[in-house]
Amino acid sequence: MTKPNSVDRGPLFFRDRDWHPAAYTPGYKTSMTRAPHRALVAMGSTLSEETGPAFGHSMIGELDNNLVMNFTGQPAIGERIIMHGRVLDENGRGVPGVLVEMWQANAGGRYRHKKDGYLAPLDPNFGGCGRTLTGPDGSYEFLTVRPGAYPWPNHVNNWRPMHIHWSIFGSGFGQRLITQNYFQGDPLIDLCPIVNTIGKQEAIDVLVAALDMNRAIPMDCLAYKFDIVLRGRRQSFFENRKEGM
Amino acid sequence: MVQRLDYLKETPSQTAGPYVHIGLVPNALGNPGIYPEDLGRSPILPGAKGEPITLTGRVIDGAGMILRDALFESWQADAAGIYPGNDPRGTADPKVTGWARVAADFDSGIWRLDTIKPGRVPFPDGRLMAPHIAVWLVARGINLGLQTRIYFEDEAEANAQCPVLARIEHVERRATLLARKTGPGAYEIDFRLQGEGETVFFDM
Ligand SMILES: [Fe+3]
Repeated sequence: MTKPNSVDRGPLFFRDRDWHPAAYTPGYKTSMTRAPHRALVAMGSTLSEETGPAFGHSMIGELDNNLVMNFTGQPAIGERIIMHGRVLDENGRGVPGVLVEMWQANAGGRYRHKKDGYLAPLDPNFGGCGRTLTGPDGSYEFLTVRPGAYPWPNHVNNWRPMHIHWSIFGSGFGQRLITQNYFQGDPLIDLCPIVNTIGKQEAIDVLVAALDMNRAIPMDCLAYKFDIVLRGRRQSFFENRKEGM
Repeated sequence: MVQRLDYLKETPSQTAGPYVHIGLVPNALGNPGIYPEDLGRSPILPGAKGEPITLTGRVIDGAGMILRDALFESWQADAAGIYPGNDPRGTADPKVTGWARVAADFDSGIWRLDTIKPGRVPFPDGRLMAPHIAVWLVARGINLGLQTRIYFEDEAEANAQCPVLARIEHVERRATLLARKTGPGAYEIDFRLQGEGETVFFDM
């Protein structure tokens, strides 16, 4: 936990709450009792949101971004894929050195979690999580298996499209983000109440990772590209200068 | 026509879901063997300066149910009010990492955070905020991580001067952010997601 980035200090852009899913989305039943009813208290970011933890390469193991091999050292079963992309901010700059963590079901759609009772079997060689730090240009890469779709109790016969969960740090705690990616061409995307907590089709589309044949490795694995954008920072010298500069 | 602003849009959030522990605290979940240890087990190292404190509480939904699948991260300054890492004002106590990942207990739903009480940090205009711990809370059913703060009821004078607390128009709601002192160095605070006594959540 070191590595300050001297340029990453400005106030954060405001969140566009119409672009994100609303808190109260009855199609996704659990949100009905977990959504705050009172208005959020809105104000500009402070040092508490503009600073944040930093992570060093020393904590990342060699196989941490390889979910095919990182559980037992024996390969997991499923369609081998590379997930890659860049972490950018709203200014379009790649964000280097940020921690990207991801977790997912196995190729059959089963999670390694004591609460998941789906009848698809566990894969003894698939743990289901990975992590990495972005490179100097904000790029990241994982090798994994494509997760299966799975049913979930919401309305009867709801199925989650194939997806991976993502957790991303920026340089400020106020940029903290969790999201999910979907996969190009999956017919379950349009039917999913969690996907549809997002109100705008354009916003849903940016969660759909594109098949990327340029990064696929012949006779080895396919590839999907998923870029992630974090809140930007204002870059101005005329910022909160009490002395009126 | 005007020039197009070429900003990107922040990636839309999606719920962390019920299985967030697989990704963020696999060892605590009972999935050892991937990482040697979970990240964010403590925001301090032995020898951290300041008053050691223990915070406990629960996350409660609008139906009065205690969440057992909630997880939050905390971020705080050291005892002198300096943030570790990229605080432009200086270098923090090297024994304070400032960041923790806190999962509710799978059976009781009670969470616990052992740390030190943070110092006061300036608001952008230079006025001092009261000692506080920033919190980012996720769970199944929460579509976008909730931002809140933990303040301390025994910091009445600092709380009265805090520009962030002052921004909360409904004065009686400020109390939802105050951890109650229950013993020497011991505080309690629940996060209420909805309804009676709903915690103040921020957009900042
Ligand atoms: Fe999932």
